[in-house]
Amino acid sequence: MGNTITEKILMAHTDLREIRAGELINARVDIALGNDITAPIAIKEFRKAGGRKVFDRDKIALVLDHFTPNKDISSAEQCKFVREFALEQKITHFYEGGRVGIEHALLPEQGIVVPGDVVIGADSHTCTYGGLGAFATGVGSTDLAAAMLTGELWFKVPETIKFVVYGKMPRWVSGKDLILHIIGRIGVDGALYKAMEYTGETISALPMADRLSIANMAIEAGAKNGIFPPDDITRQYVEGRGKRPYKFYASDADAVYADIIEINAAQLEPQVAFPHLPSNVKGVSAAGDIKIDQSLIGSCTNGRIEDLRIAAQILQGRKAASTVRLIVVPATPAIYQQAIREGLIEIFLNAEAVISPPSCGACLGGHMGILAAGERAVATTNRNFVGRMGHAKSEVYLASPAVAAASAVLGRIASPAHLA
Amino acid sequence: MIYKGKIWKFGDNIDTDAIIPARYLVTSDPQELAAHCMEDADPQFVSKMKKGDIILGGENFGCGSSREHAPIAIKAAGISCVVARSFARIFYRNSFNMGLPIFESNDLWAAIKEGEEITVDGGAGIITISGGNKQFKIGKIPPFMEQLINDGGLMKHIAKKRGIK
Repeated sequence: MGNTITEKILMAHTDLREIRAGELINARVDIALGNDITAPIAIKEFRKAGGRKVFDRDKIALVLDHFTPNKDISSAEQCKFVREFALEQKITHFYEGGRVGIEHALLPEQGIVVPGDVVIGADSHTCTYGGLGAFATGVGSTDLAAAMLTGELWFKVPETIKFVVYGKMPRWVSGKDLILHIIGRIGVDGALYKAMEYTGETISALPMADRLSIANMAIEAGAKNGIFPPDDITRQYVEGRGKRPYKFYASDADAVYADIIEINAAQLEPQVAFPHLPSNVKGVSAAGDIKIDQSLIGSCTNGRIEDLRIAAQILQGRKAASTVRLIVVPATPAIYQQAIREGLIEIFLNAEAVISPPSCGACLGGHMGILAAGERAVATTNRNFVGRMGHAKSEVYLASPAVAAASAVLGRIASPAHLA
Repeated sequence: MIYKGKIWKFGDNIDTDAIIPARYLVTSDPQELAAHCMEDADPQFVSKMKKGDIILGGENFGCGSSREHAPIAIKAAGISCVVARSFARIFYRNSFNMGLPIFESNDLWAAIKEGEEITVDGGAGIITISGGNKQFKIGKIPPFMEQLINDGGLMKHIAKKRGIK
């Protein structure tokens, strides 16, 4: 009986010679991540447990990306608290100010996480790095404290659901649409406590940006992690970036799966998740006439250069409707610079978009794009819970960058195919 | 441990944005967070509930963000324990790690109305509705997790293992 890629990576980070789904294990951690909201609690817990020195200053990443640039005095205090700890402990991967990017875009881009890693982050979208063929999962602040202190953490080895995706994705259909479709199909707890493993011809051809978007939303199906078998596309992405040696793992042919689900990507159209659950998904053609007040293009799900290119392709020579506030958030400084070099920022400004600095602010209703009561946004983000982006009586519709850009122009939820 | 209290009943997929909205995450002070506990699910919750009361959730309680502020807010508000049909995984581990008692019961939810009183006997693994003899089994907790609870949470468990007082 063989093992899945998730089981193999976890086993390689223990002294065990055999591992099975359902077992509770302690595994060594390659990178432990915290941000300006979750790290303060972790630092306090670290100290309460007698922590004086972190287990390895090269294996901790502290990224001040949520309420930054500091939105008020309280958030400034939280950042100051984390900064003082980072300086005291000489944390190698400490990011703030003009160096900061949205953590889950920044860490892969900077080669801080690599294939074969075990990564934990006190942020639920840490599962993003599964796109690289790493085991990555979101945990709480106390977990981060434990990892910073000991270099390991307890895990229940998850069962795996395998998704076999075939067929050529039609025009304007992206990884975001595929994951929204999957969540719509299995539900927000459809993969509870499990790993979501992606294979098939469509996946093999899928660019890294799409893989990261798909892995990013594993948590929205309740999963512990999402994971892609690493291949030549992975190698191309990691070569020249990886700060540490990486290792490719693959599932055995006789690995055991809790379920296998087949998906024909050729039948997909752009998808939209209606309020107030990421599983409340419809094809864009069935959306009806949904007027919007704001369109947000960015986040750890869809703020990469590939996402901005698609949005710019649609927005070129067009303007956001006068009733729509269009906000574009390049996810990292490097993406921002690349977007300037390629002329994308100029296209966005001509489309009358607001360009936000890299920040998680708008996505989680922190700052820089809050919704009033009764307002509606289409967003390329990952959650549309009640009050997620502002007032409890506002609404968020999740979609791809293509749909968000087309919707901004037309003032209602629409596919780029609807543009004249 | 035995917890006796009045039930506040919520539906499926109560997410951590509903338990403690992100707009309040500018602090990690338990009392400040407690003042907004469950605010986007029920704006009057904090003023209605009393110390020792119990939250009853449906499926996938605590889904969404990893914010430990969610179990912190619930605990600091004075809720004695949370019972749900199922829990989202990060909320589940956070609760054990930081010491909020949580219990899984698939059948209690449909059998009880808001405002009724229950007794949760964690040791015996039984929930009883007051004024009746109906009993509900609690989902089994793995021995390691029991150890975490007995040690007072993950950091105290680690400190104990490392011989730090």
